[in-house]
Amino acid sequence: MEKFFSLKILVLGAAAAGALLAAAQTFAQANEQFVPALVYRSGPYAPNGVPWANGYSDYLTLVNERDGGINGVKIVFEECETGYSTDRGVECYERLKGKGPTGAAVFSPLSTGITYALTEKAPVDKIPLITMGYGRSESVDGSVFAWNFPLLGTYWTAADVIIQYIGQINGGLDKLKGKKIALVYHDSPYGKEPIPLLNERAKRHGFELLTIPVTHPGVEQKAAWLQVRQNRPDYVLLWGWGVMNSTAIKEAVAVNYPRDHMIGVWWAGAEPDVLPAGEDAKGYNSIALQHSAGQIAVHADILKNVYDKGKGAGKREEVGHVLYNRGMLNAMLVVESIRTAQGKYGRKPMTGEQVRWGIENLNLDQNRIKQLGFAGMLQPLKVSCNDHEGVRHARIHQWDGAKWKFVSDWIEGDNTVLRPMVDEAAKKYAKEKNITPRDCTKA
Amino acid sequence: MFYREAGQFKTSYGADQAVFPILQDRVFIALWLAIGFILVPLVSTEYLFRAIFIPFLIMSLAALGLNLLVGYCGQLSLGTGGFMAVGAYAAYNLSVRIPGLNPLVAFLLAGGVTTVVGIVFGIPSLRIRGYYLAVATLAAQFFLDWVFSRVAWFTNNSPSGSITAPPITLFSLTFETPVKKYLLCLAILVLFAVVAKNIVRGRIGRVWMATRDMDVAAEIIGIRPMYAKLSAFAVSSFFIGVAGALWASVHLGSWEPLAFDINRSFSILFMVIIGGLSSILGSLLGAAFITLLPLLLNQLPQWFGIAISTAMISHLESMIFGALIVFFLIVEPLGLARLWHIGKEKLRLWPFPY
Amino acid sequence: MSFFLEVLIGGLMAGVLYSLVALGFVLIFKASGVFNFAQGAMVLFAALTLVRLMEILKGTFSPFLLALAITIAVMIGLALVIERLVLRPLVNQAGISLFMATIGISYFLDGFGQSVWGSDIYKLDIGMPKRSLTLFESVFEGGVLVPGGDLVATLIAGLLVAGLAIFFQKTRIGRALRAVADDHQAAQSVGIPLNYIWIIVWTAAGLVALVAGMVWGSKLGVQFSLALVALKALPVLILGGFESILGAIVGGLIIGAGEKLSEVYLGPLVGGGIENWFAYVLALLFLLVRPEGLFGEKHIDRV
Repeated sequence: MEKFFSLKILVLGAAAAGALLAAAQTFAQANEQFVPALVYRSGPYAPNGVPWANGYSDYLTLVNERDGGINGVKIVFEECETGYSTDRGVECYERLKGKGPTGAAVFSPLSTGITYALTEKAPVDKIPLITMGYGRSESVDGSVFAWNFPLLGTYWTAADVIIQYIGQINGGLDKLKGKKIALVYHDSPYGKEPIPLLNERAKRHGFELLTIPVTHPGVEQKAAWLQVRQNRPDYVLLWGWGVMNSTAIKEAVAVNYPRDHMIGVWWAGAEPDVLPAGEDAKGYNSIALQHSAGQIAVHADILKNVYDKGKGAGKREEVGHVLYNRGMLNAMLVVESIRTAQGKYGRKPMTGEQVRWGIENLNLDQNRIKQLGFAGMLQPLKVSCNDHEGVRHARIHQWDGAKWKFVSDWIEGDNTVLRPMVDEAAKKYAKEKNITPRDCTKA
Repeated sequence: MFYREAGQFKTSYGADQAVFPILQDRVFIALWLAIGFILVPLVSTEYLFRAIFIPFLIMSLAALGLNLLVGYCGQLSLGTGGFMAVGAYAAYNLSVRIPGLNPLVAFLLAGGVTTVVGIVFGIPSLRIRGYYLAVATLAAQFFLDWVFSRVAWFTNNSPSGSITAPPITLFSLTFETPVKKYLLCLAILVLFAVVAKNIVRGRIGRVWMATRDMDVAAEIIGIRPMYAKLSAFAVSSFFIGVAGALWASVHLGSWEPLAFDINRSFSILFMVIIGGLSSILGSLLGAAFITLLPLLLNQLPQWFGIAISTAMISHLESMIFGALIVFFLIVEPLGLARLWHIGKEKLRLWPFPY
Repeated sequence: MSFFLEVLIGGLMAGVLYSLVALGFVLIFKASGVFNFAQGAMVLFAALTLVRLMEILKGTFSPFLLALAITIAVMIGLALVIERLVLRPLVNQAGISLFMATIGISYFLDGFGQSVWGSDIYKLDIGMPKRSLTLFESVFEGGVLVPGGDLVATLIAGLLVAGLAIFFQKTRIGRALRAVADDHQAAQSVGIPLNYIWIIVWTAAGLVALVAGMVWGSKLGVQFSLALVALKALPVLILGGFESILGAIVGGLIIGAGEKLSEVYLGPLVGGGIENWFAYVLALLFLLVRPEGLFGEKHIDRV
């Protein structure tokens, strides 16, 4: 057998050179906190990935420009393109996890698939994961998932809030009896995540749940919407991502399904989802993950300190879009977690393990949120060992043809429904992986 | 000069039939094995292991498996991702449902399960040929994708349909460090490469090649096409199944059906074509080209301190990658392995032109 | 009954959309025996070029027509470049090497298109109706819903096929193309310039990609996913035969109707999401009867 690995050697040499270069940089700059950014700016999901990445990067730039870093520790961040594919995501994680003087502070994988893969690796490398509004729903249980933080809400929370909202507009959850609710979902773990919760709710309130899968990437949905037309559900929940969302709205138009009876998850409620459908998207609802579109105090800071200096990552007019705000919010939580950790370990770059403590003890009250310039975009948030979600309030917003506006008040995910499911699923995971859950009363 | 065979006499039939009849080849292989098993573990970083070597080795195994089918037997297949998924889910289910099962045994059994599935989906090859067959094997790809995401039993009733591999313990050794995982994958690849080499130079390999070159003619000289084609599907699927099991349990650790989607099938076929059809070396070169080159291109600008936006880097990556594929094909349409052979020919005479 | 008709009509129209993409594959395969993997990338590239040019040319007397003209020029240029840089150096190579080369082209185009035109989602409005029409209201209760956009797409596809058929049957170039398809060497020996033919064929495929890109783009919005539409065309290809324009249309209709009917009527029994593989299984069943596709050319093997 002839083996010829010259390419391998080439790569090896090049990689070694790169590693040396990186090492040299490390020595030169010590008082820095490295924050990795897994993003996707190309490929099928780029329209949704780009604004998120811009928001994330702009907020980190803002902290550096306005405050000179976190308590004087400058943030260094580097983007790595995952293209929403799991193996590229894993490669990015491996590439970035050791950078900076203390290694990567925290990863925000921005993909359910990558989250699942990293959930296995993060505890070994001692780097926490913030999966804001996605990821494993059962990772709310911090006693088993010590390194996962699905802050601000999981898919189960989202589904629960949506069902409660439908109950509200119908005059009570008991009115759901006999109603028909369809879930049109992206046929992947992401799309399937809400089904257990919806089944549970369906059992409690006696509505009929119809699940209609749409295969990736969702460019052809005629069959799904014909089924909607055939069954005439009272509401359609849309669990899509990328091109699937805008296509779903167009197909809904084609089968005359009223858009105001459609409620999307928070990944199906941003500008790229409704704009391609134009006028037809009017009335379309989605749950908002704390924030919606629009500018608040912090945006003024970003425009002044980042864009006016020409350091913005995206276009000025896109500051304040839904997904931009989400990336920005995510970056803020990262920064505040590091700040919290510094409160305990000192004003220096934090290791992943220290940041983990910081996230677990993150406590943002109304005052602090106002100070940060996020008033109106975030409910008070308190993370604990037992509750890695922090807050489970959400609102519904509606597209009026030009902008998003809220149509509901804050609704809280019902923990009497959610928690038993979380506990059960977490216990199953712990058993499969031989994890002994931490005792949260002591942590 | 370096590859001079003069003076190397073969004095027995055994020597004539050796896998590597030339001394220089043997030295080369020994050298590469030494580098692979000793040098690389000594000098590599965790990043290299986890993000470069382990994926490269596993993809090489998959490409090797597919090359047996496409290169040696001439049956185009685009179902590789699906077959890898079969291996992955079979290994998972075996180790979850049979407690205490040795993972190595689980991997091999997973290969066995994939063999059966491969034979079933190979049946259309008896009637359909060429691109028609390639597209028809996509049926396997999409069907298997669907089965694993729809049938809860395969995922041990995971509500979201994604699963997490149990830790790998071999003879009371836990394979959790990257070095151990790397050595495990390397050992398996070397073993399978030796097996493959011996299969293709044996009777069965010649049967495949006769079928590939012209199946009607092969049939006339007494080769049963059914036996030839289905055995190729079987052996190839076995390799691919083991690769799938490794990819899932050793590399990813946790996965969803999307990890084995159609892009996986395509990329493995690309490896086989760009590396060189009917060449074991080619499978490895192709795997290196397709899995490593994009990563390399992606990181190059940073190493040279060039600041380009992330989006531009990935667009450039895609463009240069595409251009390089075309370039290599123009230089050598028969694949990278062919370049090595040409190099070897040159080395035989070097430094003399004739 | 009216629902069945709706599904059937919806399926047939989806099928026509697949045919539009499949046509591009067929044109190139027919004339040069190359399985052009880059067809999806060409659809994306053409649509991106068109939609971005329309934005740039906003304010001129007719942004659409101007952009269309430039895009057509760009597609012709693309064909020239591909012929010169890729096909000519690879002349007389095995089909599989050429197939691989088209994969290289598709990577290149994906990256190139996005870096020049951006990877956002762009709205393409060329006046395709979005509303649905209700037909046969007097016959069935509630009538049969027919999406207007798809109806127009069907018309466009029909015109395109008619045009291509006339081109192939009646024009001098068309006859030359058919000659090349039959036998490269024979065609060359009677003086048909092969390079010239390739440029024409790739241009034609580029224009078909442009039409497909316009139709799909106004349906989905123009963005990367358009390149993935090519996958939907593959079962159409094997069903209809790689070498038949008529086959692409008939294959598309069968696949479209088959997958929608199966998804709506069989899908719910097994959890749904079956249309993707069902299309392939359907194609496979046809293939087992006719291994060269419905309208493919039958090759006789001789030793």
